[in-house]
Amino acid sequence: MNHQQQSQRLHKVQLARPDDFDGWRRLARQHLAAGSVPESIIWEFGGGTADLFGEQVAPASPAAASNPQRTGQVPVVPRRFLELARCVACHRTPDRFALLYRVLWRASHGEPGLLDLPSDPDMHRLHRLGKCVARERHKMHAFVRFRQTPEVEPEHFSAWFEPEHHTLRLSSDFFVRRFANMHWSIVTPDESAHWNGQSLQFGPGGHRNKGAAPEAMEQLWKTYFANIFNPARLKLDAMRSEMPVKYWKNLPEAPLIAELVHNAGARSQAMVDSLPSEPPRFASRATAARATRHPTPSESIEHGRKSRISDERSESD
Amino acid sequence: MNSQKCESSILSPAADGVPVRLMNKLAILSDAAKYDASCASSGASRRDSLDGRGVGSTEGMGICHSYAPDGRCISLLKVLLTNFCTFDCLYCVNRVSSNVPRARFEVDELVNLVLAFYKRNYIEGLFLSSGIIQDPDYTMEQIVEVARRLREVHDFRGYIHLKTIPEATPELLASAGRYADRLSINVELARSSSLDSLAPQKEAGGIRRAMAGIRSRLDESRERSHSGRAAPQFAASGQSTQMIVGADDASDGELLDCSESLYNGYHLKRVYYSAFSPIPDASAALPLAPPDLNREHRLYQADWLMRFYGFAVDEIVAGGENGMLDPALDPKLAWALKHRERFPVDVNQAERELLLRVPGLGTRGVERIIASRRLHRLSLADLGRLCGSVARMRPFVVTRDWRPTSLLDNSGLRAQLMQGSAQMSLFD
Repeated sequence: MNHQQQSQRLHKVQLARPDDFDGWRRLARQHLAAGSVPESIIWEFGGGTADLFGEQVAPASPAAASNPQRTGQVPVVPRRFLELARCVACHRTPDRFALLYRVLWRASHGEPGLLDLPSDPDMHRLHRLGKCVARERHKMHAFVRFRQTPEVEPEHFSAWFEPEHHTLRLSSDFFVRRFANMHWSIVTPDESAHWNGQSLQFGPGGHRNKGAAPEAMEQLWKTYFANIFNPARLKLDAMRSEMPVKYWKNLPEAPLIAELVHNAGARSQAMVDSLPSEPPRFASRATAARATRHPTPSESIEHGRKSRISDERSESD
Repeated sequence: MNSQKCESSILSPAADGVPVRLMNKLAILSDAAKYDASCASSGASRRDSLDGRGVGSTEGMGICHSYAPDGRCISLLKVLLTNFCTFDCLYCVNRVSSNVPRARFEVDELVNLVLAFYKRNYIEGLFLSSGIIQDPDYTMEQIVEVARRLREVHDFRGYIHLKTIPEATPELLASAGRYADRLSINVELARSSSLDSLAPQKEAGGIRRAMAGIRSRLDESRERSHSGRAAPQFAASGQSTQMIVGADDASDGELLDCSESLYNGYHLKRVYYSAFSPIPDASAALPLAPPDLNREHRLYQADWLMRFYGFAVDEIVAGGENGMLDPALDPKLAWALKHRERFPVDVNQAERELLLRVPGLGTRGVERIIASRRLHRLSLADLGRLCGSVARMRPFVVTRDWRPTSLLDNSGLRAQLMQGSAQMSLFD
């Protein structure tokens, strides 16, 4: 098959998983080396349906793969771009792999600076997709909530999470580093991750366990959430932009929000309206006890204060 | 007696196995801690639990595990060890003369709570503060003991922020720094005369001396000995402080001057501004009004300009009137409107310092512009892709295909921009 034919016919490329970055990278190198134009590749992942026109890709010959320079120019890819591409591969947008390939193709066909050019529309879109995924990974680190599995030795914790993108594998290293000595599972609709203190295994996805009884510790967490909130400073938009409503259904504290907000106005008005009260009885005793142990500043320090403050000033200048 | 309730009424009755006594303590001691704005968990040295016995990691970037309806990040378990206090700082909910309910954690009780919350991924760690009981050293010892047990007994590698008591002995501050990622001492009020009248037991000089002590230990910890051995760990994420805004008459200029001297003198990581907020059982000596959140917001913007954009305090303050920032505009825009002769700025030519002065252009946008313009001349659409939105910078920039005409001379520009930003916030 000559180069012209290879570049024109449709190739159906099968990736192992929807977030199979390594597979994409390997196949992209082969196709780039073989000169397959971006429009000729159909990227499929996970099961894949037969395409009428597609033809199962003929894997590039070992020689072509080991010597990609022979047929096409494989660009030197900056590490920054690889990190970006690894994130983009986890996005759920269907054309993510095609877009990544198109950019590589352009960079190796007359646009060498492209991968460093964030103002280019394709690169701009990649950055936006990558940012979505990085944000989702970060939110997953933040909003996964473990529950202790009752009556299991050694301690085991599990969490149910519904990530917007395929971020389970991307984020699980973080949980390994943080909870290395705990046994835990994180289950998502697509896939699950399991750590037994030694190794990380991935298994099938699962379902939300609606019947699970909340643990006692959740009640304490909700107590904390309700009391750390300051009703005099309601800022709902700030809360929602950082903790979008889509996460609320799996956050044990979220059901409190409506009522905290509802009562906030009355609570802060009550603080403003209430008259000052008499100090409690222990106040005078505590103050007196203190005064005998430590002279108050007004008694002992006042005379030395002026010079000391001016010392401090010169120190900070 | 005017007794105050903590927010526990909306919680359903305690389920089986919920320790009610602990729940009540937690309610009181977190309610008492909410007036400290800081919840940062960033900047710690990188570490994990792979070679340890316990739990925990810090990776440089902090994580906010939840957000309260006040828009504040919940990253740390922020509590007081006790809210009994012998001080009588009028602005403080825990002052001795207040009638709020009181409680005190046992050391182990709190240690176990931190670990249980951490293992469920609720928090990044602990921010521990305390009322002053018995005497400053005793209180500080108790605070340090919580951190010591977390680190030494449980090999906890999460984040620890300890509020330090300036009156405690330097040895105690040193051991606090050994276990903590961050130390903080609140200056509370920019004017020392206000501190005298509102917080009679606190002393501005003592606070500054304690900060200087922490700074010199931080400096030492970053040096290597002559044998090349690294100094022992000391609060790798530095020290921070907080100022109350609106409890006295200090102007924005005074507050920012104070911040500048703190950043320069003690190398603080952060100064937090906390709008004075009505508290339960407040003192009659203080304004009882809703907190001025807008003023607090403008101060944070100004603080950013000072630290990352090369603005001097007097330049920032000159954007407003009489030492106060313009409440209606962000301080960078306010400055630009008073210095129209400096604009428009050509984004394809201008130096970094000048780009940083363009309203609507952030530090990251500036870096992207500089990287991209090496490769091609930027258009307005390019600018939009690099910086998100050009709406606010339009009157102030020149691109390959855009030059503002008479916008900058237009006396209605201020109103126009204000309206623009009001509309934008509707769609944020």
